[in-house]
Amino acid sequence: MSVVNNIEDGEIDIVIGALHSDLRPFMSAWKSIFSRYHLIIVKDPDLKDDLQIPEGLSFKIDIYTKSHIDKVVGSSTSIAFSGYSCKYFGFLVSRKKYIVSIDDDCVPVKDADSFLIDPVAQHLRNLATPATPFFFNTLYDPYRNGADFVRGYPFSLRSGITCALSCGLWLNLADLDAPTQALKPEKRNSRYVDAVMTVPARVMMPISGINIAFNRELVGPALCPALRLTGEGKVRWETMEDIWSGMCVKVVCDHLGLGVKSGLPYVWRNDRGDAIESLKKEWEGVKLMEEVVPWFQSMVLSRTATKAEDCVAEMAKRVKEQLGGSDPGFGRAAEAMMDWVELWKKVGSGPSPV
Amino acid sequence: MAGSPATVKPTPILKDELDIVIPTIRNLDFLEMWRPFFQPYHLIIVQDGDPSKTIKVPEGFDYELYNRNDINRILGPKASCISFKDSACRCFGFMVSKKKYIYTIDDDCFVAKDPTGQQINALEQHIKNLLSPSTPHFFNTLYDPYREGADFVRGYPFSLREGVSTAISHGLWMNIPDYDAPTQLVKPLERNTRYVDAVMTIPKGTLFPMCGMNLAFNRELVGPALYFGLMGDGQPIGRYDDMWAGWCVKVICDHMGWGVKTGLPYIWHSKASNPFVNLKKEYKGIFWQEEIIPFFQSVKMSKEATTVQKCYIELSKEVKEKLGKVDPYFDKLADAMVTWIEAWDELNPSSAEKPAK
Repeated sequence: MSVVNNIEDGEIDIVIGALHSDLRPFMSAWKSIFSRYHLIIVKDPDLKDDLQIPEGLSFKIDIYTKSHIDKVVGSSTSIAFSGYSCKYFGFLVSRKKYIVSIDDDCVPVKDADSFLIDPVAQHLRNLATPATPFFFNTLYDPYRNGADFVRGYPFSLRSGITCALSCGLWLNLADLDAPTQALKPEKRNSRYVDAVMTVPARVMMPISGINIAFNRELVGPALCPALRLTGEGKVRWETMEDIWSGMCVKVVCDHLGLGVKSGLPYVWRNDRGDAIESLKKEWEGVKLMEEVVPWFQSMVLSRTATKAEDCVAEMAKRVKEQLGGSDPGFGRAAEAMMDWVELWKKVGSGPSPV
Repeated sequence: MAGSPATVKPTPILKDELDIVIPTIRNLDFLEMWRPFFQPYHLIIVQDGDPSKTIKVPEGFDYELYNRNDINRILGPKASCISFKDSACRCFGFMVSKKKYIYTIDDDCFVAKDPTGQQINALEQHIKNLLSPSTPHFFNTLYDPYREGADFVRGYPFSLREGVSTAISHGLWMNIPDYDAPTQLVKPLERNTRYVDAVMTIPKGTLFPMCGMNLAFNRELVGPALYFGLMGDGQPIGRYDDMWAGWCVKVICDHMGWGVKTGLPYIWHSKASNPFVNLKKEYKGIFWQEEIIPFFQSVKMSKEATTVQKCYIELSKEVKEKLGKVDPYFDKLADAMVTWIEAWDELNPSSAEKPAK
């Protein structure tokens, strides 16, 4: 079947940021699910070794490396596309309507009969069905088979709005922060919560970049690689870039009247890294969040910002003015956001720059 | 499930701190199935309909039972605020209870089974929900972080991890879902078979449809806000009692800084009420809802509203002013809201009004 909920396979890019050079186990694990789509693999520019991809794969892959990034982006930008931020390059150069992005240390979840659960199909279902951010439905996603709006749900709100972002979850190694994981090093997530729900309007949340999908046409520019920790590393415990980007996207979605869903699909996240080691580095990120959350929660964008890039530009200015003074990291984030908007305008559409 | 074995604390059963309030017009046969879970507790039965009928309570339960004559006797003229021929009358039970917590359940709700086939102790889960904090200020993508096996995710501010007091625990239903009449008519065969293994806090500023079938709350915190309105006999509307209470209590919880949880536990809802009868009851509500929701979404409590009763009285004034023009029913309802608070305070004189956190 080449169409899921009216989305054709050709409208999708799967974007993978390669932080490991040996992608053979990853590609084998995902082969049956990814093979019908176009893949963009962006190699972390800091990765020295060549990428290893399995031979004889039947699907279309475009691989971008440091040289592509340098050519397209040049040195005039403050954005560093290294580490997990490399995938944003993939978001930038993609020309598809929808993007699904999964970290390279994740594999599909197996169900009770050992069949692979397809997270791409679920993400597409989430994006293709409306979101309902203005009133909470206690039976979760009303558009799912076997569910509906409950008694008391206003009829005028039942057509919902377009869903622009789908945030999936993780079994095994959940996306906990370093202090939490370090306290319970054996803790693994084994609870499969069979629900998708819309995150209500004006409600902020930590959006993890590990397993997401979005409508690039609507919100592409709003996912921005802006906040870099000074000690940013190659494990999620040592980054905040996705959390910052996620707050931006949620504000933009709330402002533009677009929905954000959370819940299914799950991916299985392999054990990696050492939370205790990462504790030292993540602490900076943890401190920054304390200031940042109330600021995002109170953000109201101007009426003239009617597209994602306008919203990001406006937010960047405010970050610089209102947060720049308290930590240089915010000042740099503001610069990166402004550069990102420029970059997006230059090469985010039209003929592919690579 | 992986997890360190040593730290699981037994859930306190709150035997002397929780009342189970059951509205009924038929019989209480359903209690037999709940016996292993409910027997330690005191029941408050609110008998709706014909007071001359005798409703038998199964042997071995400790209970008090009120019929319409009792309600009239106890409240006198204020009894006008308690609905007749509608399960909204359950809130009388909330008012006469002397306990800190209430669990209310409908008489067509039975014990459900979880996916492993085990019977679900709904009351125990509600107690867990009420005794652990809520997190209304920031959404946790792994749902209730205080549940065994869950936690706060990366990016969740540490300053918000203490959470706030939980005022309401809203449970769900397997089998017959809580649909409105139009949906029931379009999907008469749909059954809820999906067990969603989650509890979550409904974020601050977000309204929800609160169903009274399987509901628990901290009576000491929000009791006075759980008035189930004027429904049933002599009223132009029915099946919006719990909805009304839910919108009022959510606005008040948001103002006072308390949390509302929804999700587990599930009960098994066995009876599908007649959708044509339901449609007649709900009909006005379906239209009025369109005005009511924006009203609740925009209502603001003043700084002087420092107790639940004060919030509720303020709310009643707003209802009169802003919804009175939708229909004279809301004028009556606003008056009934005031009567309810007066009756509550009369019956609960020693309860010091709980100030905001």
